[in-house]
Amino acid sequence: MTETVSNSAKQDLLTTGDISDGQLETMMSRMMSREIDRGELFFQCRRNESWSLEQGIVKSAGFSVSRGIGARAISGEKSGFAYADDIQLDVLEQTSSAARSIARVGSSKSTNVPVKRQLPEFYQGIDPIVSVSKDDKVKLLSRIDKFARSLDPRVKEVSVSINANHESTYIYSSDGTDHGDVRPLVRFGVSVVVEQNGRRENGNSGGGGRHDLSWLYENETAENFAREAVRQALTNLEAVDAPAGPMPVVLGPGWPGVLLHEAVGHGLEGDFNRKGTSTFSNRIGELVASPLCTIVDDATIPNRRGSLTIDDEGTPGQRTVLIENGVLRGYMQDKLNAKLMGVASTGNGRRESYAHQPLPRMTNTFMLAGNSDPEEIVKSVDRGVYAKTFGGGQVDITSGQFVFSATEAYLIENGKITVPVKGATLIGNGPEIMTRVSMVGNDLELDLGVGVCGKEGQGVPVGVGQPTLKIDQITVGGTQA
Amino acid sequence: MTTTLVDVKEDTAQTVHTPDDEAKLSEFVSRILEVAKSGGATAAEVTAGDDVGLDVKMREGDIDTVEFSRDRGFDITVYRGNRRGNASTTDTREESIQEAVNAALAIAEHTEEDSFSGLADPDMLAVNFPDLDLYRCDPMDVEHLKDAAQTAESTALEFDEKIYRSDGARASVSSNCVAYGNSLGFLHAYRSSNSSLYADVIAKSSNGMQRAAWFTMARQRSELDTPEFVGTKAAEHAIRKLDPRPIPTGEYPVLFDQTVAMGLILHILNALSGRPQYLRSTYLLDSLEKQVTSTEVSLKEYPFIPGAMGSRAYDSEGVATSEKYIVENGMAKNYLLSSYSGRKLGMQSTGNASGVCNLTVEAQTLPLTDVLKQMDRGLVVTSLMGQGVNILTGDYSRGASGYWVENGEYAHAVDELTVAAKLDDMYKNMVAFGDDVETRRNIRTGSILISNMTVAAL
Repeated sequence: MTETVSNSAKQDLLTTGDISDGQLETMMSRMMSREIDRGELFFQCRRNESWSLEQGIVKSAGFSVSRGIGARAISGEKSGFAYADDIQLDVLEQTSSAARSIARVGSSKSTNVPVKRQLPEFYQGIDPIVSVSKDDKVKLLSRIDKFARSLDPRVKEVSVSINANHESTYIYSSDGTDHGDVRPLVRFGVSVVVEQNGRRENGNSGGGGRHDLSWLYENETAENFAREAVRQALTNLEAVDAPAGPMPVVLGPGWPGVLLHEAVGHGLEGDFNRKGTSTFSNRIGELVASPLCTIVDDATIPNRRGSLTIDDEGTPGQRTVLIENGVLRGYMQDKLNAKLMGVASTGNGRRESYAHQPLPRMTNTFMLAGNSDPEEIVKSVDRGVYAKTFGGGQVDITSGQFVFSATEAYLIENGKITVPVKGATLIGNGPEIMTRVSMVGNDLELDLGVGVCGKEGQGVPVGVGQPTLKIDQITVGGTQA
Repeated sequence: MTTTLVDVKEDTAQTVHTPDDEAKLSEFVSRILEVAKSGGATAAEVTAGDDVGLDVKMREGDIDTVEFSRDRGFDITVYRGNRRGNASTTDTREESIQEAVNAALAIAEHTEEDSFSGLADPDMLAVNFPDLDLYRCDPMDVEHLKDAAQTAESTALEFDEKIYRSDGARASVSSNCVAYGNSLGFLHAYRSSNSSLYADVIAKSSNGMQRAAWFTMARQRSELDTPEFVGTKAAEHAIRKLDPRPIPTGEYPVLFDQTVAMGLILHILNALSGRPQYLRSTYLLDSLEKQVTSTEVSLKEYPFIPGAMGSRAYDSEGVATSEKYIVENGMAKNYLLSSYSGRKLGMQSTGNASGVCNLTVEAQTLPLTDVLKQMDRGLVVTSLMGQGVNILTGDYSRGASGYWVENGEYAHAVDELTVAAKLDDMYKNMVAFGDDVETRRNIRTGSILISNMTVAAL
């Protein structure tokens, strides 16, 4: 990361409250006591602007600012945490002292000398909110509304939204961390309702990333989201009831990678494994998936939604191999859990905002490409389901049970994709399902940039991806038993 | 800084918000409304909040986390005629107020004319403000919370040797003050408090680990389930999930346990809400006076129960709430409308801009053991997973786990199942209601038996 981005984030945040470097050091040395292993101050300012169109009118838009400080004191496995929505010296003092209250105050321990490092940056420190004018945002929404309606007379409702987010963070910690980051994030979405002979269905599409909004104007990006939403909705008009019971399932490339996020991703987060509560606990080096599977978490892909130049503890973003040829290689770590497990942080310490504590979280999680031709994969199935788009998923990391819900799926009959079926939930056990991956396509795709992952009530933007893959048997939750 | 910043001091046992804070927060709201008016807004409304909380998590007998929280901020909506702009901020410094108001006004120059937009109709605004007794705040005291969490956890850990470990027990208290005002002259503030206790434990057998949690929430600690009860419930549930056995895919009666029945009721409330109605994106389109559930059941709101979690005199637009049926003996009686969705549908706001108030499922109830006898053979769902509910098409398909019932009694745990049906059929096939009603939640229901759903299993 260029020093300019890191420094400008720091300066922006500290000048708000007229706080000097010297005052930060004083604050930190007061927070540290004999029993405190690490103190951390997190400064953040996030600005967000969103516009939405509904029923042909750009009827609502909002601007929000969230600015504050989170102070954390860590002693062994214990954390004291306090936050405040005001970047002011007195508030900072009060917050730090509250955080420190987990340990009795003892003799002070000197803090480390901050070490500055040059880091690679995975996105530019721009403000995407101003990258397109308000007028042009309104025009774009209206244009896409008309475009979607022009695609088919059965389109009855169109909703379009555009969202731009600018976040500055600065982390100052007693372990020497002194880093700032500026993170742009944008998202565009189209959702339609179509109607035919009284039957109504919906379709959704969208995308985004850590860049500005000009991408919407390139290569008909915005129009293509509208095309995709309409195509999906029209397909669902023809959908028949989904089958119920265990069967082979072929998952399309890209967003269906939500499978990996749920089936293995969460179970490999450091906190669950430190506490021994994950179905993957104490299994490093074991075969936990089919040897066809290599799965990584990669914060370093330029401009992706889940990418991070530094995480929310100041650790540089990295690429971590989770599963290599089916063998469990490593967990995703934040500083607290890494230290307690005797390893290094993998740059996965993330928090929703200054008002939340960092947890080990995913960034962009995906499976690497295999050797199979996607068509051959479909051909290999006699009777099963081809699932192309998903709504989302959920996992119980202790039992390993996970679900993900298809919003566009088809029957496979005699090696051919035939009729569309209604959305259905797929359910399985993570480690079991991963051993049943029998074919992996050569067509790796990452999702288009819409994912939000929730854990302990905190939402963070993430990416997923995978090539086409075949699971020999998984339970499909339709109504046709 | 002139808002009600409350000092969070360590180990202080004092009332966090006082009536004086309500007055200060109201004054803050009216000042923002003034700024909006002088900035050129033809109408405006502001909600401001000031929340203070303390949360202690214990894990394996020791403190895991102590968290002090303080959230302040406001949200403003301005109108320039029929054009609307919104801004919100957590920054309540004087210059930030101006900044937020300006941002909202700038947006309102670019949004398009919408003749249905605007503040609530003046004659719908609340004029009576009964004392709903929502503020019964416990002391913000680390030791108290620590003891409660520790007792819940140790009760669970000592309950049975199958309890393998705790994933933590958490006790929280929060004190909240909120004010709402609009340029029609409405201005009101009130305080409320919450206490809660939660335990999350893991049971283990040779067949693997299972997790379960129990949660209790009320206005004050004395109304909560005891820590011993919370620990026992969490442990019992985790053990009841151990050693799941397979069942064949098929059609079965399904009982939604009280903890998941609340979610089931939320789906029909969504389908009867204003926005999906005017967007024509609900399976219950134009359903007033039509049958939407079994005739054995009514869904009724009671907004004025003292101390209840869902009590409120007015919604987020200042519109008076009222006691009313949403569904009466199976017939849809009222949509849940805001001013905007009301106007879109040619109707009036129902005072539900911020959802339902103490929505109560009214039906003939039976002891749970009798409901299981009536079911005879089928599935009891105790947890649901995933998002597979489509309000537009009415299709329902979700991941489920729970236990299997034979001859009206617990037989064994089941997991990795899906339950699927049409929402319309599910509500019309609600055939029995347990008396295990949880009255401390905003959706007040006991367990609900549905006569038939598709259950898929491995």
